[in-house]
Amino acid sequence: MAYLEGKNLVASYGVVPILHECSVEVEKGELAVIVGPNGAGKSTVMRVLLGMLDATSGSVTLDGKDISMLSTQDRISHGLAFVPQTKNVFPSMTVEENLQMGGFIRQDDINRTIEEVYALFPILYEKRKQLAEQLSGGQRQQVAFGRAMMTKPSIMLLDEPTAGVSPIVMDEIFSNILDVKNAGMAVLMVEQNAQQALNIADKGYVLVSGRNEHTGTGKELINNPEVRKKFLGG
Amino acid sequence: MTSDSIDIINAFALLTNFVILPALSYGSQLALGALAVTLVYSVLRFSNFAQGDSMAFGTTLVILISGYMISRGWTITGVPTALLAIPMSIIGMSIYLLTMDRLVYRHYRKIKAKSITIVMSSIGVMFLTGGIVRIILGASPQRFADGERFIFSVREFKSYTGLEQGIALKTSQFLTVTIAILLVAFIFYFLQKTKTGKAMRAYSDNKELALLSGINPDKVVQITWLLVAGLTTIAGTLYGLDKGFAPQQYHLLLLPIFASVIVGGIGSPIGAIAGAFLVAFSEVFLTYAYKKFLIYLLPLSMHPSSLVQLIGTEYKYAISFVILVIVLLIKPTGLFKGKVIVDE
Repeated sequence: MAYLEGKNLVASYGVVPILHECSVEVEKGELAVIVGPNGAGKSTVMRVLLGMLDATSGSVTLDGKDISMLSTQDRISHGLAFVPQTKNVFPSMTVEENLQMGGFIRQDDINRTIEEVYALFPILYEKRKQLAEQLSGGQRQQVAFGRAMMTKPSIMLLDEPTAGVSPIVMDEIFSNILDVKNAGMAVLMVEQNAQQALNIADKGYVLVSGRNEHTGTGKELINNPEVRKKFLGG
Repeated sequence: MTSDSIDIINAFALLTNFVILPALSYGSQLALGALAVTLVYSVLRFSNFAQGDSMAFGTTLVILISGYMISRGWTITGVPTALLAIPMSIIGMSIYLLTMDRLVYRHYRKIKAKSITIVMSSIGVMFLTGGIVRIILGASPQRFADGERFIFSVREFKSYTGLEQGIALKTSQFLTVTIAILLVAFIFYFLQKTKTGKAMRAYSDNKELALLSGINPDKVVQITWLLVAGLTTIAGTLYGLDKGFAPQQYHLLLLPIFASVIVGGIGSPIGAIAGAFLVAFSEVFLTYAYKKFLIYLLPLSMHPSSLVQLIGTEYKYAISFVILVIVLLIKPTGLFKGKVIVDE
């Protein structure tokens, strides 16, 4: 059984069905990527895994334990962390305060973790007294990662981390993600830039209309002619 | 000293006594009310129309409790008993505000109502609160200040300095400014330095991310109402000690308070305080009759025959309106860049 598993998830917004028996899983130290066209339900998978949207059927298990019934906050304290696509920092708070808020639920000393984040993203140490809204897009994304890492999560969910950034910043963000993965975390991300994301992914899911259309390693999917034609632009 | 320079000193003593000191204490009272409105706006995302009447309710509690304390002889010589009644009144006020939140606002938060809907419900709370105040104390004005009226009086000042014009420092003015400084310092310290205060700012900044960080929204809302209860009760009491208590007067305070908040920049605590002083000084400066002041400064041939009052005091609320209009036309985000909440 994989570390985090969403199995046969069915979900809808109101009466609009979004997910039809969709399954994803990710292991520790592994990067899994969900790609697919707009409206395929990619972000919805994340919301269901996090408990921000209730699934009508299916289950979410973490390390073999069923967490389907837990609230978002409880899932966070069980080791899940989430970096939303937009609005993923506290803009009028300093970098350091953003990190402190990330560790809000922790009762122990969070300063060690803050230092670990600074070690991973040295630029954040330099800018620790600056407001998050004053940072560049890439730096802000690092604050968002750092905030999510403050709970010392075992799995990180990322919703389109490279949406709307320049290609250079995109490379920077992907390399940050690999750093996080290599630190032993499980990483599951939704990505628009399918080609680049599958390149660095250990595992990929192609989602279409809320169903698993293709599953495989990143390389397999890139080399699959059908996937290339339909989703990677030839 | 020449008589000219004495005239100038007299003129400014006059101005200090009738304009600067009153505006300073009025501004402090507005600042506390404006800070309460700002907190509610930032955290609960609506403009609280019940602020003025809530201040009346807080003051009502102070009047009742201090009345009881006086009847039992629990007083300290020279100190207004109202001050001693404040802590108990804040507790009462907290219960009242938390009850209103439970009965009214929580429902609209749950159904994620538009900000304007919650504003309308706060107008309901405003009428309810105003009604309760009038049922308890009646609608007519009353004074509840006891203790020493002056730190120093005009006569004491005159005999001490030998000036023709005196400056009096009323106890209420001294208390207002001192308490306002302490309270504002406390609120800023709380918001900037404590974990709970930071969580409040985080929640105000980005609600969804605050939830994802494990911040409990119910607790943030409760703490906000507790702070608002403190600010509201103290602001109302200080205003009442200074100018007397009248429910209608408190109700109308809403206008200068909202003007302060908007002038300063909606959602900005520093802006609210700066805005409050701007509104207060404008109001007092523009409604003061400068005849006596000018007689001191101008040669005999130029002495004014009229009162030299720019605007009659009966129009003082219009000043808030005019400031509002000017700010909204020229700099809608206010002096300190505020943020306007847009419904998604």
